[in-house]
Amino acid sequence: MLIQLPALAVILPLLSAPLCLFLRRSLLAWLFTVIASGLTMLVSITLLQQVMASGTIVYEMGGWSAPWGIEYRIDKLNAYVLLIVSSISTVVLLAAHTSIEKEIPQDRHTLFYVLYLLSLAGLIGVVITGDAFNVFVFLEISSLAAYSLIALGEDRRALWAAYQYLIMGTIGATFILIGIGLMYQMTGTLNMDDLSRRLPEVAQTRTVFAAYAFIIVGVCLKVALFPLHRWLPNAYAYAPSVVTAVLAATSTKVAVYLLIRFTFSIFGISFSFTTVPLQTIFVILGLLGIFAASTTAIFQKNVKHLFAYSSVAQIGYMIVGFSIGTTTGLMATLLHLFNHALMKSALFLALGAVMYRIGSAQLSQFQGLGRQMPFTMAAIVAGGLSLIGVPLTVGFVSKWYLVLAALENGWWPVAVLVLLGSLLALVYVWRIVEAAYFNEPPAGRGAVEEAPLGFLIPVWVLVTANIYFGMDTRLSVQVAQAAAQSLFGVSP
Amino acid sequence: MILGLYNYWVVVVLMMIGLYIVIAHGNLIKKIVGLTIFQTAVFIFYISMAKVDGATAPVLAEGISQYSNPLPHVLILTAIVVGIATVALGLALAVRINEAYGSIEEESIQNQDNQEC
Repeated sequence: MLIQLPALAVILPLLSAPLCLFLRRSLLAWLFTVIASGLTMLVSITLLQQVMASGTIVYEMGGWSAPWGIEYRIDKLNAYVLLIVSSISTVVLLAAHTSIEKEIPQDRHTLFYVLYLLSLAGLIGVVITGDAFNVFVFLEISSLAAYSLIALGEDRRALWAAYQYLIMGTIGATFILIGIGLMYQMTGTLNMDDLSRRLPEVAQTRTVFAAYAFIIVGVCLKVALFPLHRWLPNAYAYAPSVVTAVLAATSTKVAVYLLIRFTFSIFGISFSFTTVPLQTIFVILGLLGIFAASTTAIFQKNVKHLFAYSSVAQIGYMIVGFSIGTTTGLMATLLHLFNHALMKSALFLALGAVMYRIGSAQLSQFQGLGRQMPFTMAAIVAGGLSLIGVPLTVGFVSKWYLVLAALENGWWPVAVLVLLGSLLALVYVWRIVEAAYFNEPPAGRGAVEEAPLGFLIPVWVLVTANIYFGMDTRLSVQVAQAAAQSLFGVSP
Repeated sequence: MILGLYNYWVVVVLMMIGLYIVIAHGNLIKKIVGLTIFQTAVFIFYISMAKVDGATAPVLAEGISQYSNPLPHVLILTAIVVGIATVALGLALAVRINEAYGSIEEESIQNQDNQEC
């Protein structure tokens, strides 16, 4: 049974999806999905423990050995990302039943859960697989499910946002497909481990350069790296609240994982960072992303838009950490993957609670909410503090390592800019605090009740995690450090 | 040189035509047509890559020693399925957009959105 765990991680959500279709009652479908996602989380936790204790797990799908069959290869990096994806998905799902009650018509509830499970299966598959083509297939499973989930939003703009995301996402995925084809042409293999050994021999050919360029651009479209982020704000703003919370926390993270996997494990550091000027490009785009997106966030009228732009900015931090190209830099990126997933899922879920009560996420509607929905607003403030990087929150941990990595490398201007970027986060978080706590409720709005427990419990689980992992950093730092070191140690 | 790489030239030309249509056209259906052409170009790329000159289909038979590589062909079957799903979803969205906005022109949809903000 334990040997089959890697396969189970994908099969559980993938097979639960069609089974879920038979459950007509919304409550049943919800319970079923929570159980499927929860079991997947347990599998991920066990896998992480196994990997930390005894090293990389190799699983041959269907018993076909590696260069021919598809191999699942779980090292510290995937195990860590698997844990992020499955646990955030499970916690967010707890709020789904309450949230979609008001946002999605009754007859589509079952379909919502089916899509949710498919998206989860796709994301887990991308992370767990050790085969380059398999990555493309799973990426498309998760993306197609994500487009449909976004289109379930009640506002008609959700449809337009989903369409734009579909066009951009498909171009990105097709670019990755071209890149994989070119790699196959040069090496005759699709297995990542095999690729990493065969690519250095042919690294100086134009085909490999083209392959790398196609893959990086394709993945960056999925990452929503500035300036390829245009699809993201509307998609996040008009999707149903639960969908936003889960997508913001997992899908871009998985894309960042792919970036790390392709750059460090497959092409190797010496190729990515010395042969190709990736470092310069990424540090500039990352910093531009932080400033451009944070500044745009300050001027948003819709709080969902505001946090969506803030997500683009946070991706900038991850890319900066990545581009430093040292163990500490990569560790900062990995920590931020985990920490940002915690903050954004908490924030977007709390926004879902606001949407549930007042039916809008406009900043003007937030006036006076501090007294009317004290627990929800306190959660938003806690999440916001984490976003800024105040000590004792997770945001501080990742910023600390990021600044440390920049200073270690002698990049002090980058460290200064990262800190300045945090000040911009302070400005946009303050706008929400000001509206919620220092303004009277708008005239004509009746009494607003605190959000139901269905929301408060998952939101506060996430907020507590934000604070807990900000103080007790053993789990996240240890795993991130081990993952970063193994990426630098193993690759040529 | 040029004639020998005939397939790849076709791939590049189709790919550029497809990408150009996606970017330049405002009509949602035409964008999807462009996307399909773009994806098809990649399919042709994979299929040409696997063809070995003078070799036959990978079916065991007497007197034949050279076979084309079947793997990319199989991969493309999967990619075609993914492509169909994408097109179907894109068209379904276009239908819903037409119902909601009364238009499938990008400009008109964007204008209606801007007025709402």
